[in-house]
Amino acid sequence: MVLPLRIAARFLLSGKAQTLLIVLGISIAVSVQVFVGLLIDSLQEGLIEQTVGNSPQVTIRSSVENVTISRWEPIVSSVDSYNATRYVGVAATSNAFISKSNGSVPVVVRGLDGVAMDSIYGLSRSIYAGDTIASAGEVLIGRILSDNLDVTVGDRLPVTTPAGTRVDYRVAGIFDLGVGAIDGSWVVTNLRTAQSLFGFGDRVTSIEITVDDVFAADALAADVSALLDTDRLEVTNWKEENAQLLNALESQSLSNNIIQAVIILSVAVAIASLLSITVLQKRRQLGILKAMGIKDGSASLIFVYQGLLLGVAASAVGISLGLGLLYAFTQFATPGGESIIDFAVEPAFILRTLIIVISASGIAGLIPASRSLRLNPIDVIREG
Amino acid sequence: MGQVIELRHVDKVYKGPPDVQVLFSVDLAFEEGSFNSIVGESGSGKSTLMNIIGTLDTPTDGEVFIAGQRTRRLGRNRLAELRNRTIGFVFQFHYLLPEFSAIDNVLMPYVIGGKRPSSDVREWADELFDIMGVSAVKRKPASRMSGGQQQRVAIIRSLINKPSIVLADEPTGNLDSVNSAATYERFRDINQRYGTTFVIVTHDRRIAEQTDRIVEIRDGRLVLDINR
Repeated sequence: MVLPLRIAARFLLSGKAQTLLIVLGISIAVSVQVFVGLLIDSLQEGLIEQTVGNSPQVTIRSSVENVTISRWEPIVSSVDSYNATRYVGVAATSNAFISKSNGSVPVVVRGLDGVAMDSIYGLSRSIYAGDTIASAGEVLIGRILSDNLDVTVGDRLPVTTPAGTRVDYRVAGIFDLGVGAIDGSWVVTNLRTAQSLFGFGDRVTSIEITVDDVFAADALAADVSALLDTDRLEVTNWKEENAQLLNALESQSLSNNIIQAVIILSVAVAIASLLSITVLQKRRQLGILKAMGIKDGSASLIFVYQGLLLGVAASAVGISLGLGLLYAFTQFATPGGESIIDFAVEPAFILRTLIIVISASGIAGLIPASRSLRLNPIDVIREG
Repeated sequence: MGQVIELRHVDKVYKGPPDVQVLFSVDLAFEEGSFNSIVGESGSGKSTLMNIIGTLDTPTDGEVFIAGQRTRRLGRNRLAELRNRTIGFVFQFHYLLPEFSAIDNVLMPYVIGGKRPSSDVREWADELFDIMGVSAVKRKPASRMSGGQQQRVAIIRSLINKPSIVLADEPTGNLDSVNSAATYERFRDINQRYGTTFVIVTHDRRIAEQTDRIVEIRDGRLVLDINR
């Protein structure tokens, strides 16, 4: 095992310029694979994060409109016990409007418990003016709504329910979640305040759940659905509500996989053809090694090892080059002053690329290896 | 002394068209520890005969026994093992591996045998480098040695495994007459010290006359066999 490896390394080092060219050629292909793969992954992650990152991925509501959920605590603790569940929060939500001198503005009043407020929607992190809600009678509003109503921190906000109840709340803070629909219509308060405003008592309008793996949200939704009385409650998940987005992401993943497969194939073909030439170049050496007693299997291993060594060198250089390209992309592709994606190295992707490139290189070495297997030393000796 | 090499009714035909028969029912045996030469004109079949003795080529008909083993029945790997353990080759065109240094080339048959070179083997290699007068090029890549140096390194390589047989095809083709004579003296010395059987193929009768037995081949047939 060691001798074929030693000979393989020596063969590669004896033609430094040729080896360098081969490594460079394969590295460029690998770097493109790494760059494109990580770029598409990052873009997809960014898109998913923007779409479902700051919102529940599974929601339980009453199956009848405008009916609230009573005895929700046992449901919360059951859902919380699933491994796939990250956070479970509850909300009391209803429409209302804000009276203004020249009319009224429709809003959505959302009473959230602590989990929903911070862990699911991340509202505390998104407050850019004022502070979080410290007591009953305080609300947070979105940036766009604050602009539309010309209301700022400390102002009173007159909220009127469809039933005609009007309560003035103090604006404690203004948030910016970066989602126009939320920032322009939500008035967020704590659960008790909203329950009291709408006369819900202890009841809530939704149980909201985030999961560890957003793509497994449908599986959790199915599990939760099986647990509940589906005549009374319905379970929805982000995937069924964003089917078009998912289709687009899947198409993108498919094209990404095709690109990766073509690159790997081109790497394998390049290595196989280049090593086949090496078999011809090293025909004389192989003949003499076989005459001296090297076995056919060991002689063939030389070419498998050459493939593997080229694969290791090319993947190391190619991955570094690909990461360099990605870093440069994050630094220079900054429309509007902000990078399109974050520079994030996914170790699993790098490891997978490394394994695939090295395996493909080793397999590519099998073709010249089988050619060397047929070489008879006497043919070389006779040629002189 | 037993027979270390034995050929029985060996024919060799190269398939054509047209078919060309180069050996005709050759019966030949060499005793263990003997010092022999095979002479003949160019195209007489002497190199083919040596390649068959060296198990690099197979006879079309007949049997070859090397160190008591019937080679026809051995597979490619067993033949490779037999060559590695039993036979040292010196080819007409030296055949060193240009990617390796002289010492690496010399140790190659030992390493192919699956062993790491021990200090004894390295000492043996050093001794051979001294005997052949090429110690100065031991670390030099084969590609940067003269033809004469390469040929002497190839001779050292043929001896590293202390084989029972050394087959040498025009082993001094690249050497001047002084070095050539010195090389045969060293072959003779190794033959006497280690009981190694030498079969030297040459077209030069003066070289053949330094051996104990001369076998002449003409048109694929043995025509002369002189024990001196």
